[in-house]
Amino acid sequence: MAGHSNYVPQSAAAKWLESRLPVISLIRGSFVDFPTPKNLNYWWTFGGILFMVLIAQILTGVVLVMHYTPSTANAFASVEHIMRDVNFGWLLRYLHANGASMFFIAVYIHIFRGMYYGSYKAPREISWILGVIIFLIMMATAFMGYVLPWGQMSFWGATVITNLFSAIPLVGEEIRTWLWGGFSVDNPTLNRFFSLHYLLPFMIFGVVLLHVWAFHTTGNNNPTGVQPKTKQDTIPFHPYYTVKDLFAIVVFLILFAWFAFYVPNYMGHPDNYTEANPLVTPAHIVPEWYFLPFYAILRAIPDKLGGVIAMFGSIAVLFVLPWLDTSKVRSGTFRPLFKQFFWIFGAVCIGLGYLGSQPAEGIYVILSRILTAYYFAHFLIILPLLGFLEKPKPLPASISEAVLGAGQPAGAVAGPQTK
Amino acid sequence: MAQQDTVEPTRRDFLYIATGAVGAVGAAALAWPFVDQMNPDASALALASIEVDVSAVEEGQSITVKWRGKPVFIRNRTAEEIQEAKSVPVGELPDPLARNSNLPADAEASDTNRAAPEKEPWLVMVGICTHLGCVPLGQQGDFGGWFCPCHGSHYDTAGRIRKGPAPENLLVPPFEFVSDTTIKVG
Amino acid sequence: MTGMVKTARALVAVAALAFSATAFAAEGEAPHIEKQQWSFSGPFGTYDRAQLQRGFKIYKEVCSSCHALKFVAFRNLAQPGGPGFTEEEAKVIAAEYTVTDGPNDEGDMYERPAVLADHFPSPFPNEQAARAANGGAYPPDFSLLAKARAAHRGFPAFVFDAFTQYQEQGPDYIYALLTGYEEEAPEGVEVPAGQYYNPHFLAGKTLAMAPPLSDELVEYTDGTPMTVDQYARDVSAFMMWAAEPKLEERKKIGFRVMAFLVIFGSLLYFTKQKIWRKVDH
Repeated sequence: MAGHSNYVPQSAAAKWLESRLPVISLIRGSFVDFPTPKNLNYWWTFGGILFMVLIAQILTGVVLVMHYTPSTANAFASVEHIMRDVNFGWLLRYLHANGASMFFIAVYIHIFRGMYYGSYKAPREISWILGVIIFLIMMATAFMGYVLPWGQMSFWGATVITNLFSAIPLVGEEIRTWLWGGFSVDNPTLNRFFSLHYLLPFMIFGVVLLHVWAFHTTGNNNPTGVQPKTKQDTIPFHPYYTVKDLFAIVVFLILFAWFAFYVPNYMGHPDNYTEANPLVTPAHIVPEWYFLPFYAILRAIPDKLGGVIAMFGSIAVLFVLPWLDTSKVRSGTFRPLFKQFFWIFGAVCIGLGYLGSQPAEGIYVILSRILTAYYFAHFLIILPLLGFLEKPKPLPASISEAVLGAGQPAGAVAGPQTK
Repeated sequence: MAQQDTVEPTRRDFLYIATGAVGAVGAAALAWPFVDQMNPDASALALASIEVDVSAVEEGQSITVKWRGKPVFIRNRTAEEIQEAKSVPVGELPDPLARNSNLPADAEASDTNRAAPEKEPWLVMVGICTHLGCVPLGQQGDFGGWFCPCHGSHYDTAGRIRKGPAPENLLVPPFEFVSDTTIKVG
Repeated sequence: MTGMVKTARALVAVAALAFSATAFAAEGEAPHIEKQQWSFSGPFGTYDRAQLQRGFKIYKEVCSSCHALKFVAFRNLAQPGGPGFTEEEAKVIAAEYTVTDGPNDEGDMYERPAVLADHFPSPFPNEQAARAANGGAYPPDFSLLAKARAAHRGFPAFVFDAFTQYQEQGPDYIYALLTGYEEEAPEGVEVPAGQYYNPHFLAGKTLAMAPPLSDELVEYTDGTPMTVDQYARDVSAFMMWAAEPKLEERKKIGFRVMAFLVIFGSLLYFTKQKIWRKVDH
């Protein structure tokens, strides 16, 4: 990364520091002079948006912990104390709770962008895999965070999810008891979830650095999927992408603020404003919206272990995506068939999300099974076959050529609207 | 760059400066909730005053009550103690100021200015040593008042520092007698 | 990327159609809750002080014999964005309640009049006592009820709710419940002894709470009609405030934040255009 900077320290102090710890040239090489394809569209700004949301979650989380009490006796009341008594406590909590949803909105867009433009393909497999790891840690963090307010949904969500592990043959029961630290979700569970909820975001931060390191080594992908060839194809990250990302972040913050200030409980569930009661299960247990597609897959399989395997499998399959897609062409822009299957896949994921929110009965179960089957078929059958069956459109010779439209095949690039 | 600056310097610079300035204002406004959340919250402020029934405190007895998480000493002093406190010239005291929240900051540390108004035997003080915050022990030390075991500060029978590292007299908190037997602290 | 955007739009439309059919089929069970007019809805909504004071009166004279309000303190009655009692009035209200404090120097708990720092005392010492006194039913705490109850909105209504800022499901539901009791249950609905028929109740069709309000039950001195309908509106508004006491501050700051983001975003857009104007992209 540092190699991209031609930074030469000028002042004596900078020279002194640079010869001992070349942190200035590292930062300049990564985020200032770093050569970035000049044709990145706004879908690419979600990386920066995600970084902002991660920092926002860590900051609001750290200050919320100053007022939160992780004990079953006091957790619910301490959250109300934050909402009612702490200066700006309501703001910090609503930002943190809605921030989790914003994080997932942005990460899903980011993941689907990567899928559409083939960002997972060689040589960026490691970056993609690290991204899937981040996604997994995010899910664990969000799940444990939702337990902390100790409302009804916290408690029963924790009960249901930890019971998933009891499906593991032979040692399932022991693992569940070990996770709980007792014989049900209780004070020890809340305390360990709190500890891990505080720890995991910093692990996400670490993996994010690796994720960035990886694609800074290979260079960014871009909407054409064609590697930059000359200096004409790239521009320095700063000021071009710093200002573009910043603009996108502020637009995203408008959405964030809309939820946090005007409909702060829209993403939440009313039952979580009732304190946890181990003796009464709410009528409809639903996870937070961002888990719904996976929840639908879990319930689609009429077998405890099978459901758990399918659910974890739906994420595990993402790890091998780089090798399931056999097409030589990276960007979906030049893959007419893939493009259609991509959108069908997107609709299937939204459909699974909807089904996950519905009661597990009648038509919903049948639809869940069909969509679950399609979800796996997309990765395991369609993508491997498409590479052989599809006739891609001709690729532009370079990014510059695609941008200027010279010799561009009709319809190959929809056109740079970003102008 | 330099050439372009001369072409349309003001408009471009203005845009950059305006954007930067608005961003800086936003960042500062955003920082405030993160700072202010550490200030005492509404429930802490609501507990800022307490009422104490002192009818059972006989002459020569003290009670300690908790106010804002700190001990407050309330002592019904004996005549000798008052006499002893009054006999010391203010000029000889290490800290000549009364340190009484109910009086102007420059009031001198006479016994009258330390004790409750018109109720001379009563002394109300925050029981926190002005050195480094330990709780002094009552009726000990070289002056028969309070003695801080942490670093050896001696206070007299009016709670004034007489010897040792503490820089100031024990603080008299805002208080008043709301009836003959009830003190409101805070 | 017009292609991507266009297809996305088309997909959303198709998905909307597909799901609305199934969604309506599923919503048959849930009670339909009418939307009401509330002074605190929308981006500039504020509580109606007089209404909150009336609602508090109903809580105090009717509801508080069974329902606790444990997260609300007497000081809250005088805080900005609330019912607008003065601190003196709030002290007088507090003094009407008795709270348990202690232990005293003899080690005993004792009772004293409440002060501003105290929370509303609960009518029952614990849940078991509450159930025992109410035929096995537990009268829920009021402090969060307006956020803890909501009828399922279903698709596509819940999508529009994000844009119309509909966050008043709680008071709408409470109002519907309080005004929704029916003397006669329809054919086929069995009303067990000690239960009352109310088609708006979320967790079934009958509940253990008798119709709590009746016309002229609580004296209003400001000329507001003393009807069940008005009482239900007032106490629902009061409960919304109890559950979300910082609503006014939130909406006020929210507007400033929005205005700032739009201005800053516009400036950034022009800055970005200026920086990028020499680049073909």
